[in-house]
Amino acid sequence: MTRPGWTPSPVQVDRLAYRRRQSVRSTAVAVASTAAVVAVAVLVLTSSPGWPRVRQSFLDPQVALESVPRVLEGLWLNVRIMVVAAVVILVVALALAIARTLRGPVFFPLRAAATAYVDIFRGLPLILVLLLVGFGLPGLRLQGIPTSAVVLGGLALVLTYSAYVAEVFRAGIESVHPSQVAAARSLGLSRGQTMRTVVLPQAVRRVVPPLLNDLVSLQKDSGLISILGAIDAVRAAQISTAQYANFTPYVVAGVLFVLLTIPLTRLTDALARRGGWAGATSGLAGAGELR
Amino acid sequence: MTAPSSTPASGPATLPGSADRSGDAPLLDVRGVRKAFGDHVVLDGVDLAVDAHRCVVLIGASGSGKSTLLRTVDLLEEVDDGVILLEGDDITDPRRDADADRARMGMVFQSFNLFPHMRVLDNVTLASRLVHRVPRRAAQERAREMLERVGLADRAGAFPDELSGGQQQRVAIARSLVHSPRLLLLDEVTSALDPELVGEVLDLLGELKAEGMTMVVATHEMGFARHVADEVCFLHAGRVHERGTPEQVLGSPRQPRTQEFLRRITGAGRA
Ligand SMILES: Nc1ncnc2c1ncn2[C@@H]1O[C@H](COP(=O)(O)OP(=O)(O)OP(=O)(O)O)[C@@H](O)[C@H]1O
Ligand SMILES: [Mg+2]
Repeated sequence: MTRPGWTPSPVQVDRLAYRRRQSVRSTAVAVASTAAVVAVAVLVLTSSPGWPRVRQSFLDPQVALESVPRVLEGLWLNVRIMVVAAVVILVVALALAIARTLRGPVFFPLRAAATAYVDIFRGLPLILVLLLVGFGLPGLRLQGIPTSAVVLGGLALVLTYSAYVAEVFRAGIESVHPSQVAAARSLGLSRGQTMRTVVLPQAVRRVVPPLLNDLVSLQKDSGLISILGAIDAVRAAQISTAQYANFTPYVVAGVLFVLLTIPLTRLTDALARRGGWAGATSGLAGAGELR
Repeated sequence: MTAPSSTPASGPATLPGSADRSGDAPLLDVRGVRKAFGDHVVLDGVDLAVDAHRCVVLIGASGSGKSTLLRTVDLLEEVDDGVILLEGDDITDPRRDADADRARMGMVFQSFNLFPHMRVLDNVTLASRLVHRVPRRAAQERAREMLERVGLADRAGAFPDELSGGQQQRVAIARSLVHSPRLLLLDEVTSALDPELVGEVLDLLGELKAEGMTMVVATHEMGFARHVADEVCFLHAGRVHERGTPEQVLGSPRQPRTQEFLRRITGAGRA
């Protein structure tokens, strides 16, 4: 980094040497402390009186290997449900969020309905929605109501997550400064044109990190549809567990779910940092660059 | 160098639906406008008439309602009472299409309010494309002309936050001019700028005035008021407290309130 005609002053040389020493030292400390924590955890685990039995019934390599294909097949269903549900959720949630921002008495019924919907489905535990939709809807025996556990489970996910995601969108919409609206309207743009071309593009950009966060959560919660009998990863693991009389397939499913969400989580972090939104950075980045 | 509006040379007779319809009526006529926020009465019967091709400067203490008056004229606030006539049309009439009336005026804001997610060119063409239904190519051509006009043709592809404050404000002016407004409303367009950038924007306004643009300008720049304005209006207590030529209002104000205001701002270091 030396430019011709510039030699670092003794102060700068000293600073650089100090920083180098410091960074070597902190790396050493980090490695040592990580090793120590892992060692203690392993020690506590393996020295516990029940360890041999737990290892046998939860961490059997043979069972793990044999159950992987089946659990993976189930996971593929989770992924498909997640993708389809995510698309529907984004559309429904955006419509709900826009409905909640409409002003004027004409739109009161729409606004009230959207508000009520969000209030109800944010408050209801997902598992209750799953049970009510999964067993209640088919119970009506109406023509045209689907009976497949996958479709009903997906519907329950959409119902619940749309309420959350609508709130994320609404927060984004409200974070766009009113002066942006004033500028657009002063040009003669209508209310709808302003929403579409000025407010929403800015709002959506701002809420990408929290949206991805909800997506990670959706991926994980897609495992809950197994209670309706759909053969997803969790259900597949359950079946394998019964077959081998061993809990290892659950651990396999857990590991696969984590592996599936990690890329999305990292993407969320990366986008959040790029957007200057600090709330989502994981602890790995440390306390920040500033001294 | 297209004039954004009718130049005096083009003559009122060639302008469709312009002032000739109502004889010598002013282009903008604000009559008895009242506006309150809650209990706080900001405008308490403002009268203001602006003839075509004239530049009226609004001065007054902070909070005296300059911005509010400009916003009500641009229909960004609803009046509580009174009427606003633009070329003889009562634009405060709720039966009228407010979007179409807003499109007849241009407004420039203190904080620029460019759309940060759009490039400069898209900022300028947005209204042409959506409001005036100009085809993309024609809209871009027109926008480039306007950017040329404000000296920023080479920055058409930049995003607003890649420009200096003065450049951003010039883009905002280009944006407001692109659909040839009948009236330009400017709200303290230089007060967010560093002193060395103020000049470039004020020079531009001077040129627009020379080309015949009708303008209402809220400003603290007394130099601009003195050199460009045809009329200066001092807002106080929700009304136009004193009006006249710049020499008269700024040079030898009659009202004690005006004298006090001018003394205060010159005392604060403004010439
Ligand atoms: N949306 C609003 N809601 C409530 N009060 C408002 C609103 N807009 C303006 N006001 C109030 O109206 C008064 C006039 O504000 P306005 O912005 O018109 O003043 P101004 O003359 O432009 O002042 P400045 O020179 O500081 O820009 C202020 O007291 C302000 O607090
Ligand atoms: Mg103001």
